[in-house]
Parts: sequence; C-alpha cells; structure tokens
Amino acid sequence: MNAVGAPIRRQGPGGGGTILDRSVPGRRGWSLPPLDVPEAPVPEEHARGRRPGLPEVGEVDLVRHYTGLAQMNYGLDTGMYPLGSCTMKYNPKVAEAVAALPGFQRLHPLQPDSTTQGALELLWRLERALCEITGMDQATLQPPAGACGEMTGLLLMRAFHEDRGDARRRVIIPDSAHGTNPASVRLAGFEAVPVRSDARGLVDAGALAKLADDSVAGLMLTNPNTLGLFEEEIEEIAATIHGVGGLLYYDGANLNAILGRCRPGDMGFDIVHINTHKTFATPHGGGGPGAGPVGVKDELAAFLPAPTVRRNEDGGFSLDPGGERSIGRMHGFHGNVGILVRAYAYVFLHGADGLREVSELAALNANYLARLVGEEFPLAHPGMRPMHEFVATAKRLRDATGIRAMDVAKRLIDLGFHPSTVYFPLVVEEALMVEPTETESKATLEAFGEALRRTAEEARERPDVLREAPVTTPVRRLDEARAARALKLRW
Amino acid sequence: MEYPEDLRYSREHEWARSENGRIRVGITDFAQDALGDVVYVDLPESGTQVTSGQAFGEVESTKSVSDVFAPVSGSIVERNGALEEHPELVNEHPYGDGWLVAIDPTDPAELDALLDAAAYQEHISTS
Repeated sequence: MNAVGAPIRRQGPGGGGTILDRSVPGRRGWSLPPLDVPEAPVPEEHARGRRPGLPEVGEVDLVRHYTGLAQMNYGLDTGMYPLGSCTMKYNPKVAEAVAALPGFQRLHPLQPDSTTQGALELLWRLERALCEITGMDQATLQPPAGACGEMTGLLLMRAFHEDRGDARRRVIIPDSAHGTNPASVRLAGFEAVPVRSDARGLVDAGALAKLADDSVAGLMLTNPNTLGLFEEEIEEIAATIHGVGGLLYYDGANLNAILGRCRPGDMGFDIVHINTHKTFATPHGGGGPGAGPVGVKDELAAFLPAPTVRRNEDGGFSLDPGGERSIGRMHGFHGNVGILVRAYAYVFLHGADGLREVSELAALNANYLARLVGEEFPLAHPGMRPMHEFVATAKRLRDATGIRAMDVAKRLIDLGFHPSTVYFPLVVEEALMVEPTETESKATLEAFGEALRRTAEEARERPDVLREAPVTTPVRRLDEARAARALKLRW
Repeated sequence: MEYPEDLRYSREHEWARSENGRIRVGITDFAQDALGDVVYVDLPESGTQVTSGQAFGEVESTKSVSDVFAPVSGSIVERNGALEEHPELVNEHPYGDGWLVAIDPTDPAELDALLDAAAYQEHISTS
C-alpha cells in the first residue's frame, strides 16, 4: 500500500501494478446514506484486531485500473489467434443477443414444463440438429464441458459392455491424441492403451489390429486427428474395432473440419462428444461454463443421462426421466442452457449450407496459411493435405540457428499476434500447430504468415530478438521451468 | 551433444553404466534436450522390480510428461534423491549428477544387448 500521495501511473501495456498501488488512505469510491439507526459498537468477539488491507480508491481509479487490465487482454475481439477452434471460435454477437432474450434469461429450471415450452423446444431441436450433423440417433445436452462429455461418453461405453455382462477394461488411443483422452479413460475406470501413428501421421492400422482383441472396450479417435489429418482408413479401423466387439468413440475436437461434409456416424462411430465452443462458437471464458453434448447410436440410447427432452404426441415438450439403465446425471438440471441457446443460434443461423461453408473456409484458410509459411516452417507430415489446422515443425530452423518453436511463439507476440500452439502434438518435434478458423480474412492470414516468416529471417540475422521476446508485454518472458519446479499454490 | 563411449544406450533414450555389478541409469543428452526444462522426476522406491523395456518412472518437462523405460531387468537399489529438489540436474548433467536410478540386474548380460555410442548416434540421426 502506498502511504503518501496518489501514485501517478499509467495502467495498460507497459504499465502493470495492482489496485493496491492506486490506494490512498481515506479515499472512497462510494458514499453511504446518512445513518438513520442508532450507532452500535461491534461486539468485542467479532471485532477485527486491525484494519483489513483493502485498497482505498475513488471510482475513477477503480474504473481505470480494471479498464487498463482489460486493455492488456488479447482475444478474438482484438485480433487473430491461431489457437483456433481448439480454444474457442469467434463468438458471433447475435448469439449473445439471442441468449439474452428475457424468455431464456429469466427461466428457472424448477418452473413447470407448461411454462418452459419454448426452451424445451429449443433443447429438443438442438438435440435433433446435433444428431443430424454427427450421424447419431440420440443425444444428451447435459455435460457442462467437453471433458465432461468425454467422461459421459466413456461411462456410456462402460455401461453398454457391463449391461451385456462383458466387463471390458481397455480403451485404445492414438499416440497423437490430446491428454484429456487417456485422462478420461482412467477416470471412467478403463486402462488407456496407446496405438502409434505411422509415417503419414495416421493411426497405424497394422499396430491397431495387433492390439484389438476381446478385452478392448473401444477406440477413442479424433477425425481429422490431432495432427489435422483425415484418418482415411476410418472404415477399416471401425471394422477392426467392431470386429472384436468394441465401440468407436469420436472426440469432437476437430468436428469443425468436417461440418456438413461427412458424419462420424457414417464413418462407424457409436459415440460422439461435441465441444460447443469449438464447433458452434459458444463462449468459453475462463474454462466455463461450457457444453459438451454427447450423441450415441440407438443401441446406447438407453444409457444416456437423464432427463432428456421428448416431444409428445400433442406437439408439446416434456422431460423424460429416463429408465433404470441410464448412467444418471452428469450435471444439475439440463446443463448450461444459456450456452446451448447460443449453440442453437449458431446452428440455425448458418443452416446446412452455411455449416458446409464453415468447414470449407476453415480448411481453405488453414491450407492457404500452411502454403504461405511452408518454406520456413514445413508441414510435419508433408505427404498429407491438412484439414482445418496444420502442424508445422521448426526443427530445420532450430538445427540451423538454435532458435526453437518457443522463441518463435514468443516473438509473434511482439509482432502483434497471439502465438500458435507449440510442442503439441507431442509426437512432432518443435511443433507449431496453427488453426486460423473460417472467420479470418485473406489479408489477416497474409499478415500472420508474414509475421511467422519474419521470425525465421530474424532467427538467422538477429537471433537475440527472438531469445529476448516478448518485449512489448507488461511482463517479459516467464520462467516456466522455475514456476513449475518451485510451485507456489498459495500467496 | 555428447554420448560417452563407456555407456550403453537404449532406443528409448536411456543410458546405462555398469558400476561394480550395479547398473546406473539416466536419460541421454538427446532426450533431455528434446524434453526441454525438466521440472519433476517421478522414480520408484528402492526394492521395486523393473522389467527391461517397461516404463518405471516419469520425467516431466515444461512441454510434456514422458515415461522412462528400464534398459535392463532387475530391482531398484538406489534412486537419485537430489532430483526431488533439483530436477534441473537432468538437463545440466544428464550423465552425471542427473542420473535417475541404480538397478541390481537380474542378468548383467542384458547390458550387452543395448546400443553402443556409435549405434545410438546412428539411431537418433535416423529417427
């Protein structure tokens, strides 16, 4: 706390500081109305020994402090970020307007069904649309996030096998998969069995066939996979797994790439989870609230979490409490309905043709950008055409200059862009994973490509610029290793 | 990067050194460089049985968590306690103070099946 005088300090890029730095003793941002009751002392046993260390600031100080913090933020509303749908797509503002309609916003989940028909119809129509898009028969909208969707899907897989008296315990996952897959598998009581990728970056069908036996509950797969490549042998893969009585689980992380073009259900998948923030552009601030709907084929429908929304013969809608084989609830009430309203708005705003255009532009943008930077940052798997994202490698640059993918990423910040994903997937050395999504213009893609190419030029001519980056941020490069080694979870 | 001649190497990037009947084990210079800054090392207690080719511990870096595989079968007789406080030793001295465990081998001849320095360098240049 600053004891004397008001600190004159500009907040914002290059500034920093906490609200306590603006504190001046006695300053207030509010005035209480005159006391209209007798003053009474705080009982001794409840009184503080010393004053709380709260900041003392005026309203203007407070507003400038938080506005300054907001200005330091970088998001899709301020510029492109190449993390793509993996993190979150641009949130169209019309979906916010729809979710803010009083009829949705002022609902209470305990209202009688007769007073919530509009919301129930929306949930029912969204469920039908998601089934149509993914090729599934029925879905639950309840899981409040993608990771919970994974958990739900795997519990459904487990319930399916146990119902048949077949307690299978192994789930196969490609070595390129995201870490949530094996984590969900363990959490659902299964054992994760990795299958390697081949030289093309696809599931090694021969290795898969060797692993597939009657102990396998299923295979978890993202398609296009985590390298942004389409698993061309998906039908053979499905036949292998179904041949030993296992189920196919589709991780919807990359659904954006195939929207309206092909469907997991037609590829042979039995269970699909969707991340609405990835595919249907819902917000995902701070990790939640989100929605991770899960669709299944008919033979798994009896196990879905309850309640689900059903349409009655009279055209009205009601909640189906579910049967005794349901795996139970995954979240209170109906999940994060406000998020589902936004997903509904996105789906019906685009329609079938619009959604097809989304996947087309997403893939076109990724491929154009891959070509723009390919000379300096070649594709990790050059034999395959990327889909909605590409994985390039900075290995050649590192071998020639000692500059690593992390240095490139940090330098991108100084050049005005959010960095791409680096060092993921783990199977690619010095990986740079880039997903521009469908909403970026050709000019923006070219500006990003130019920034990335410039990092490579600088790596050869002025490598220290990259090693020292970023220099334009409120804090310079963080010591991630020290932060992890000397972990501090309290302050 | 260095690959001392007196060590044996696994294809999974561990090194093994014979010391008075025991086998000291660590990860190679190549492995520590690929992993990046090591932040945590998880090793089994003394007395744990390990099997050649099977994972026996984990090395976590700022990039990833990777299994460490036993280059030979046997039982753990010692683990490097210094890594609890100073995991960076794996980066700084992969063949010295950054060693991971010592194994009492079931069959000391297993060591001969591992790669020598030249063969390991050949392995990493082609993988």
